[in-house]
Amino acid sequence: MKNTDSSSSKQRLLSGNEAIALGAWEAGVRYAAAYPGTPSTEILPALAGYAGVTAEWASNEKVALDAVIGASFAGGRALAAMKHVGVNVASDSLMSLSYTGVGAGLVLVSADDPGAFSSQNEQDNRHYARFGKFPCLEPSDSQEAKDYTAFGFDLSERFDTPVMVRSTTRLSHSKSPVLVSMPDAGREPVPLAPFERKPQKYVMIPAYARMRHPEVEARMEALADYAETCPLNRIEWGDKGVGIVTDGMAYHYAREIFDGFSFLKLGMVYPLPERMIREFAAQVDRLVVVEELDPFIEEQVRAWGLDVVGKDVFPRTGELTLGRVREGARAAGFPVGETPREPASVATLRIPQRPPALCPGCPHRSVYFNLRKLKLLVSGDIGCYAIGVLPPFEEMDMLVSMGASIGMAHGAKQAGCPDDIVATIGDSTFFHTGLPELASTIYNEGNTCTMILDNRTTAMTGGQNHPGTGVTLQGETTRQIDIEAVVRAMGVEDLWVVDAMDVEGVEHAIREAVAVEGRPSVVLVNGECVFVPGFERRPVAMVDEEVCNGCGFCFRVGCPAILKSDEVDERSERPKAVIDPMLCTGCTVCLQVCPRGAIYEIESEEA
Amino acid sequence: MQDTINFLFVGVGGQGILTASDIAAGVGLEGGYQAKKSEVHGFSQRGGVVESHVRWGEDVGSPTAEKGTVDFLIALEVMESARWIDWLRAGGAVLINRQRIAPMTVTAGDAVYPSEEEILEVVKGRTEDVSWVDGLAIAKEVGDTRMTNTVILGALSTRLEVEPEVWLRVIERRVPPRYAEMNRRAFEEGRRAVG
Ligand SMILES: Cc1ncc(C[n+]2csc(CCOP(=O)(O)OP(=O)(O)O)c2C)c(N)n1
Ligand code: SF4
Ligand code: SF4
Repeated sequence: MKNTDSSSSKQRLLSGNEAIALGAWEAGVRYAAAYPGTPSTEILPALAGYAGVTAEWASNEKVALDAVIGASFAGGRALAAMKHVGVNVASDSLMSLSYTGVGAGLVLVSADDPGAFSSQNEQDNRHYARFGKFPCLEPSDSQEAKDYTAFGFDLSERFDTPVMVRSTTRLSHSKSPVLVSMPDAGREPVPLAPFERKPQKYVMIPAYARMRHPEVEARMEALADYAETCPLNRIEWGDKGVGIVTDGMAYHYAREIFDGFSFLKLGMVYPLPERMIREFAAQVDRLVVVEELDPFIEEQVRAWGLDVVGKDVFPRTGELTLGRVREGARAAGFPVGETPREPASVATLRIPQRPPALCPGCPHRSVYFNLRKLKLLVSGDIGCYAIGVLPPFEEMDMLVSMGASIGMAHGAKQAGCPDDIVATIGDSTFFHTGLPELASTIYNEGNTCTMILDNRTTAMTGGQNHPGTGVTLQGETTRQIDIEAVVRAMGVEDLWVVDAMDVEGVEHAIREAVAVEGRPSVVLVNGECVFVPGFERRPVAMVDEEVCNGCGFCFRVGCPAILKSDEVDERSERPKAVIDPMLCTGCTVCLQVCPRGAIYEIESEEA
Repeated sequence: MQDTINFLFVGVGGQGILTASDIAAGVGLEGGYQAKKSEVHGFSQRGGVVESHVRWGEDVGSPTAEKGTVDFLIALEVMESARWIDWLRAGGAVLINRQRIAPMTVTAGDAVYPSEEEILEVVKGRTEDVSWVDGLAIAKEVGDTRMTNTVILGALSTRLEVEPEVWLRVIERRVPPRYAEMNRRAFEEGRRAVG
């Protein structure tokens, strides 16, 4: 964005993620690492745009946090960003990081997904702060996202603790005004303190860990004390008939619905300011906690013996909205006004859904087409290929977490499942957690077939690079790890390497790989995602209306470019197929499956 | 918080909803309001429904409006106007870009794309204030189908107090310089289309 005055304070519309990056940069962050995951993904690309920060994609969230821990120990402020379930992956290090404390300030951004808009669950990561014993800050708009992130680094150093900044999908992906005061010229160079050797603090052998634990407890006491005066917690007095304790995005919903009442807005949600909350409660007639997902604040407040309205009326599942907060408030009898909904429109129109589909030209298409054809059990993984569970493929039997496809398939076989099982895993997921899973299957001589769908990107989250793409976060060329060589080096001899656009070739490979007895086999499917830079469209496919008899076979490849024509075949009375040349990428998959050879390629004049 | 102006942009992944709503939020900020916008993007690039809220006001809290309080429902795709109509306040304004994008459920023959009459009946259950804009056709005339959203923003701008020049300034900041002129024309054509 062009900004004409070079050093003024200026309001800019920033997303929560952009604001987090800006806050970290202003606070002098030296190193940042992340593994992509909605809704956290945009933080690292934003940070990569600032001078003086080394920002990297790590192969998974634990790797990201580990590198950030090292940076912090070495004296540089550091930030790790991940989606809520990413923290599960990183949690092993996180729990002990709480014991070691930090060198320079360390902030972990956890971007939760209430509503599970693009996640496998909607876990509430505020619990990690309590579980791991470190503070959690929760901004409610982009200005706070920037300020709290910067604040988090100071807090981290002051109390020698990791600090979690918790965002949500709504915050990360909303834009609101942020006062940007940094001179565009950049920040002062950040000096790096020399590494201080402190093994009793940084080396968690049992003897030292036992010594650190009391320090952790003392720190939590000091933090709880500090919470009482922490500037991020504030009271906004209004009508004292109702007092609302709230955090994050819920604050805005509550403030709009409980218009005019009193609020205690918690910017630090762990540890809680007990005295502040007690005093607030004492001054209001009824105490309410409005928070998204779990009764995290509410349960602590109840444990202090305070009476409170909370999850008895507000939902525990899904994202909060103004409407849901209003419903809850009304259910509890608060004077908050009618729902502004008019009687719903009388019409009974069924509006067709828009389920997600693999893009035209997607390399995953031939894989699921064939898996369905062969009626194999499929242990799935997380990525675009999860769409394989939906029509027209409906060819996935389990999906739990990243990397799990291989282990689940293995376990099912080891338990005696007589059916052939195929694990499907993407390239980014393979580097994330697929490697140790495959190693275990090989080691234990499991009899599963693993299909690695190498589309040269992390497509699901918008196309990020990873160790297999040969390109860095900054778009620079780097060493590319060759999946085929890795799999061979791990000892897999039964390996087929196929082109995703060769439908029969994929079928053959699957048949042969599944037929292997007594040891694991691997099929590596190569084919670029259509969003990979440099992806080349080929001549588009066309349906010959004379030849097409409406058999509908091509619809089974689930390509959005293949439409039902208005032309109906006279004999079968079924609509013929027609291809939208604007959408078709010319991948030829439909052409290969058409039993009548009715689809052919044409050189388009322009494209 | 009473005087908030609520917009809801709806359409299909790939239609540029996020840019259009970004611009609308930017115009609010530049036009002297506090502004927020919010969308959820996940699967969207693969043909899903996209929604984006924009709110202008003196003190905007929630970045999303409450169901039933939207003042302007801007549907970049015809059928989406009906899907989201419950979000509109009674008597609010609906702006529909006359462009139909059939979902896979329809192209596969499992569902039927509703007729314009059916859609209008649903929309009219909520408001009489419905404007149709041939955004795609106008954009083609202007020279590039990618101008569709600018046409629609032009049409929308006629309903708001912020000066057209502010809209144009924000649009120009968002687009590559060589498209600035074409965007200006698309915006003007959009204003004329409903004028
Ligand atoms: C622990 C965890 N981290 C991140 C994500 C977000 N995420 C979902 S799928 C995916 C990777 C997809 O890449 P790949 O396996 O290459 O498949 P593709 O989408 O490219 O087909 C990511 C990062 C997640 N769901 N869980
Ligand atoms: S984004 Fe890429 S991998 Fe995902 S469905 Fe589209 S083409 Fe396939
Ligand atoms: S060739 Fe067929 S399957 Fe491939 S994109 Fe075109 S219409 Fe879709």
